[in-house]
Amino acid sequence: MSAAASTPVPGRFGPYGGRYASETLMAALVELEAAYPRITATPAFQAELNDLLEHYAGRPTPLFFARRTTAELGGAKVYLKREDLAHTGAHKINNVLGQCLLAKHMGKPRIIAETGAGQHGVATATACALLGLCCEVYMGAEDVERQAPNVFRMELLGARVNPVTSGSKTLKDAINEAMRDWVTNVENTYYCIGSVMGPHPYPTIVRDFQRVIGIEARRQILERERKLPDVLVACVGGGSNAMGLFHPFLDDAGVRMIGVEPAGEGIGTGRHGATLCAGVPGILHGQKTIVLADDDGQIFPAHSISAGLDYPGVGPEHAWLRDSLRAEYVAVTDEEALDSYVWLSRTEGIIPALESSHAIAHVRKLAPTLPKDAIVLVNLSGRGDKDAPTVRQILEERKSGAT
Amino acid sequence: MGRLGERLAALRARGEKALIPFITAGDPDLGVTEALLLALADAGADAIEIGIPFSDPTADGPTIQRSSERALRGGVTLRRVLGMVKALRPRLDVPLILMGYTNSFLTMGERHFPEAAREAGVDGVITVDCPPEEEPAYFDALDACGVDAVLLVAPTTTDERLAMLAKRTRGFLYYVSLTGVTSARTTLPPHLEENLARIRKVASVPVCVGFGISTPEQATAIAKYADGVVVGSALVDRIGRAKSREEAVTEATTFVASLKAALR
Repeated sequence: MSAAASTPVPGRFGPYGGRYASETLMAALVELEAAYPRITATPAFQAELNDLLEHYAGRPTPLFFARRTTAELGGAKVYLKREDLAHTGAHKINNVLGQCLLAKHMGKPRIIAETGAGQHGVATATACALLGLCCEVYMGAEDVERQAPNVFRMELLGARVNPVTSGSKTLKDAINEAMRDWVTNVENTYYCIGSVMGPHPYPTIVRDFQRVIGIEARRQILERERKLPDVLVACVGGGSNAMGLFHPFLDDAGVRMIGVEPAGEGIGTGRHGATLCAGVPGILHGQKTIVLADDDGQIFPAHSISAGLDYPGVGPEHAWLRDSLRAEYVAVTDEEALDSYVWLSRTEGIIPALESSHAIAHVRKLAPTLPKDAIVLVNLSGRGDKDAPTVRQILEERKSGAT
Repeated sequence: MGRLGERLAALRARGEKALIPFITAGDPDLGVTEALLLALADAGADAIEIGIPFSDPTADGPTIQRSSERALRGGVTLRRVLGMVKALRPRLDVPLILMGYTNSFLTMGERHFPEAAREAGVDGVITVDCPPEEEPAYFDALDACGVDAVLLVAPTTTDERLAMLAKRTRGFLYYVSLTGVTSARTTLPPHLEENLARIRKVASVPVCVGFGISTPEQATAIAKYADGVVVGSALVDRIGRAKSREEAVTEATTFVASLKAALR
């Protein structure tokens, strides 16, 4: 039985998921739960979305055979699913086009979103500009600083960016603030969640809109290699790019799935975001999932060099894929990700997002251990231009520290 | 019927409205919380809500969030709050309601927490981000321990959910008067009267109104349509601004006494 088929309760993935929301949000969540299948099932919605995905977002994105990577690693053939080539430079656009179109059909003119690295914020601002919707983005003050170019891009696209100064000033605090806004303005506002997380029905909605990654990749690899890949690899913060890639392969029993979490400065240091590798069951942001928390239930701030993976929870369906042993989860450090950021840039002429660099770092360990006829398919979830200032600063500090 | 239900029934029989102040446990430390509990009970509080600080309080406004951050910096935990309540119980007769987030309570355990709450002398629990249908075993365990699981309803709650919540709640039904998060407001919530009429039609338990009440005049105006009022942010704000522990207790006591006078 597949993991998907063994989820009989809507919104539950094994024991995970659910709808842990204050009563003020229940009506909105129930409304969304009803509207989502009704609206998205119509041929008109599907046609409109598919048209935008193809002609606006640039789908299908290529599946690229990474020849030099494969040769250098000396094992499995490595393919890159080029989500970095989608409009706005990451897979996030798939989800926001779906959700913003849904909001428009629901008659909600105002969109709010949270963002970590800024990619979901930029993607949401983009979709809002395209569809003529009003957009406000919540972003942790620390992330606003780390990702200044993305803040400017959002503003350029007509969105208002609200820096969040509470708590740890990162993604989780931005989510808190966005939920507060939604509670207050629920009548005219749609909350566009950026990952496969939050109260039901969000993990399902975001997964469904991201499945296009896996559906395309499955078709592309079959066309190219006449067989399915042996291993899928994707980075996991909230987990949307990984879920989008994994989900259409769930019933293909021979396909291994590996999610790569941020080990930050090392899991042993406590400064990391490797939820599935080192977390405990808990309830955060409307969902039961695996979280980083102490024995009083207080959530720890996560740490990662990559703002997009800097989250102390994970999508509930990933927690279930882990428990049901359908997917494996590993972690790589800031250092390894940084090294792979540079390595892939020089090996393939592709600058990967620091998030995606985590997946690349694991592939560099994995591919050499596999036979030459094995296929590893990696989700290159985003482009790394946005991280160039951060990486440059770190590399320069090192150079001056070494001399 | 528990201490909470009895107290509210007695007030109703006297035609008096309940005043339920909210304070954050451990803001700035548990010593102050203990002093506040004793002083607020003396000042006329009919029950007291004790907020359990959580790192990610999505249902609270900035005032309560800052208060929670101060309390967490001071090292408060759910275990320590229960210990304080247990130690204080022989000297304190007012009904006590813990208000917090699912993760705090379920991390202690869906069975262990209700037992520990009963043992400490807690009368009610409000789990703000837990609709009862999500954790039936936990709500059943609270029932079994005689700890009232007080539920919230909102202006946006549908008639169908309202009927379910009115039946499932224990002690009273907590109407959150504004679509929004906790913080002191200066105007009366819209549609309050018609919403409370809608709720009273299906609820046999007392109905108390919270979120946004900041003056004795507002308390009087709202209490016309309800059995009681909850005052949170306005009180927490006074405590947070006080320059000393003594001032915090005095300010809070004076404010609560003025609110209670308006409800008699």
